Amino acid sequence: MSTESTTAIGYPILKAKEVTKRYGGTQALKGVDFEVLEGRVVGLFGENGAGKSTLMKILSGIESPTTGRLELRGEPVEFANTVEARDKGISIIHQELSLCANLTVRDNIFMGREIVGKTGGVDYKAESKVVEQLMDRLQEKIDPDTLLADLRLGQQQIVEIARALSTEARILIMDEPTSALSAAEVDVLFKVIRDLTAHGVSIVYISHHLEEAMEICDHAVVLRDGEIVAQAETKDVSLDWIVGNMVGRNFDLGTPPAVEFGDVALEIDGAKVADPSNPERLSVKGVSIRVRTGEIVCIYGLMGAGRTEMLEAAAGRVPLAGGRIVVHDRDLAGMTIAQRIKWGLTLVPEDRQRDGLVQTMSVGRNLSLASIGTFVKGLFLSPSAEAKLVQKGIGDVRVKTAGPGAAIGSLSGGNQQKVVIGKMLATNPKVILLDEPSRGIDIGAKTEVFNLLSELAEQGLAVVYSTSEVNECFGVANRVIVMSKGRISAEFDAATTTKEQVMAASGESATASTMNGH
Amino acid sequence: MSTTSAPAGTKAARFSGGLDIPRLLLEGRAFIALIVIIVAFSFLSPNYFTVNNLLTMSSHVAIFAILAVGMLMVILNGGIDLSVGSTVGLSGVIAGFLLQGVNIPALGIAFYPAAWVCVVAAVAVGAFVGWINGTLVSRFGVAPFVATLGTLYVVRGAALLITGGLTYPNLRGEATLGNTGFDWFGFNRVLGIPVGVLFMIVIAAIAAVVLSRSPFGRWLYASGGNERAAELSGIPVKQVKVRIYVISGICASIAGVIVASELTSANPTAGNSFELTAIAAVVIGGAALSGGRGNIRGVLLGAFVIGFLSDGLVIVGVSEYWQMVFKGAVIVVAVMLNRIEYRTKRIKPGNTPGSGQTSKLSNGFENTPAPTA
Repeated sequence: MSTESTTAIGYPILKAKEVTKRYGGTQALKGVDFEVLEGRVVGLFGENGAGKSTLMKILSGIESPTTGRLELRGEPVEFANTVEARDKGISIIHQELSLCANLTVRDNIFMGREIVGKTGGVDYKAESKVVEQLMDRLQEKIDPDTLLADLRLGQQQIVEIARALSTEARILIMDEPTSALSAAEVDVLFKVIRDLTAHGVSIVYISHHLEEAMEICDHAVVLRDGEIVAQAETKDVSLDWIVGNMVGRNFDLGTPPAVEFGDVALEIDGAKVADPSNPERLSVKGVSIRVRTGEIVCIYGLMGAGRTEMLEAAAGRVPLAGGRIVVHDRDLAGMTIAQRIKWGLTLVPEDRQRDGLVQTMSVGRNLSLASIGTFVKGLFLSPSAEAKLVQKGIGDVRVKTAGPGAAIGSLSGGNQQKVVIGKMLATNPKVILLDEPSRGIDIGAKTEVFNLLSELAEQGLAVVYSTSEVNECFGVANRVIVMSKGRISAEFDAATTTKEQVMAASGESATASTMNGH
Repeated sequence: MSTTSAPAGTKAARFSGGLDIPRLLLEGRAFIALIVIIVAFSFLSPNYFTVNNLLTMSSHVAIFAILAVGMLMVILNGGIDLSVGSTVGLSGVIAGFLLQGVNIPALGIAFYPAAWVCVVAAVAVGAFVGWINGTLVSRFGVAPFVATLGTLYVVRGAALLITGGLTYPNLRGEATLGNTGFDWFGFNRVLGIPVGVLFMIVIAAIAAVVLSRSPFGRWLYASGGNERAAELSGIPVKQVKVRIYVISGICASIAGVIVASELTSANPTAGNSFELTAIAAVVIGGAALSGGRGNIRGVLLGAFVIGFLSDGLVIVGVSEYWQMVFKGAVIVVAVMLNRIEYRTKRIKPGNTPGSGQTSKLSNGFENTPAPTA
């Protein structure tokens, strides 16, 4: 077995050919040729929304390609679901854990492929034995009978990895496997990966921690806007090469507006926010930010840096565990979301499907949702006043739609995002917070959104947006604040800063990791 | 909002040269079902399609329609109210209890409140039950199914406790005591139309205006469609939740008063399993149990379909057991058709197979102004 696979090392065991994928109005993959190499670690690099996760979902049978095909060992294959892919030896470790918190570690690992004993029941003993061996291999002391909910996030990630290992897959896809792991755990994982490749297992590795990924990957493939833009042997290239290809040529994301800053509009003072999944821990550990009218501040950070929690606390969605939020000299403590909106603070949420849009309502009704109070005449809504407000909104944020009555789902991602922004702008805010406003929208819509932010600042709004794409820190922002692990790790003047500095401060490279005691 | 779907469908049909007849049939299914029921039973029985019988059937429908209007509000929010049947019983008992006269020997007081006072008290109790439901759901986060299942039992138990398991007979009152008039709700007719039916029309009209024209209606559709988005848009989602259960409780108690009045007696077991008929009417009317979709017109059609079907089955002499089978089948078919309609309409964020349908639909919407009442 091992001799057979060593002879075939580097053989493209799984190929994606001219694969495209459309989600509604968004083209996530635009004809990708990707190869998984036997016994090697292929690193897939790209910014959020570049299409990495989509490609991996297609390879592992979670999604089927819109066009294009897959070949396994030279034979065309189609996976109807993950079980079929798993039966053919392909396993995936998800970025978002796909485990059941109400089950034990053992039950999670054997979910859907329980070992059946002689009596027809589940052979828990045999299962536990396998789990213990897996945990030994991963050098983690986790009892098979522990409830998953009782484990910390990093240990849950280990369980997810153990589950993928237990399938004895020949192709193992790892989508951000280390995002919650400690440095020691990452070392163990890398040892396991090397052991696996020595036995001929092929690995696809995705990570935002670039230096870490460079260390383990043999081959680097860079994806940008749904296309593969570069690939090379990792030993031949540098970190700069990867970053350069990831972000591409600098799209003009606008310039900061030429306005004088006014008074301090938003003051976040020592804000602390509890971790929603574990209230004893803090996800924001004392953050202070001041934003003046006419100023645009960008908050950069990786997933889990605490950006979303902080913005949601400012908007009144989750309570503060400490500190205060002041807008135009008024402490917002105790105010409801509606009162904050009235006072001039609005939030454009990160996940527009979950938090931004009402899918059962039309474009127009989504746009007017946050300002219903402004078109009430007496007891009733005024259709004419609403129509006027909606028309103005569509014009202001330049939504491309068949009309205000169109279904919200008929819009492209970018236009849906503009509707969410337009909805909050209709409330006439003084401070607007946008959590990842560019998430899942194409480059053209991105530029439009950032130009819109610039216009808003010119009109005297204080603008704060967050991003996890380093390219977007530059353009319209005056100032870049980098968050890492619930704290502000650096603050830069956008005009005099480089991408590398920003990325280093966020913990994406080793220098920053040691700085934070990683 | 409530009416956009139908004109959109017709328009789409016109644009595609009548190719969309299946869609038209799908969207008008409750109406078509009602026509089919009326025509079929008219053939089967000469007594079915007479003014008198239609009015009698309508007053049966009225009870369920009133309950279903309240139920629609709750279902639009993604909730469910199982306690309405029990509230029908309790409110009748409250009215009956007061009409019997209140006697407090310790204070040597005995008084007989006027009929309207009894009715107001009964409705107030219904509103209170609704408030309990709403508070349990919105403040304490109890699942609506469980919270209202609990009140279903508590309220029924309360009704039985008040009467000791007996029925309050003869609620006509006595002229000498000044508490006559309670039977007006169940027996009188205004312009030849039973009072119960008039109540149904008025309640449905008010609810339709509230849903389509008031801020509260918009809040309700939004929070039912996506509660998180509604909350972040500044909509008081908790307050909306409490209010809809109160409305549902009020509707149930009005229905309870009419039931007691029709029988001129208050039976603590009245209204048993009415909640299921109300839910069925809402579902047959095309509302989604997941919330955010549904309208009053559909609910009325749903109530008429169920009412005219079961009365028709009685008139042609179908056994009670078969009636149950038929009713159940109608409900399941209705939900199945709802699924089909939503599947063709729903625009799943980023689902390829649906996108073709979507663009066709948006063409249909093109000329529809957003704020249709």
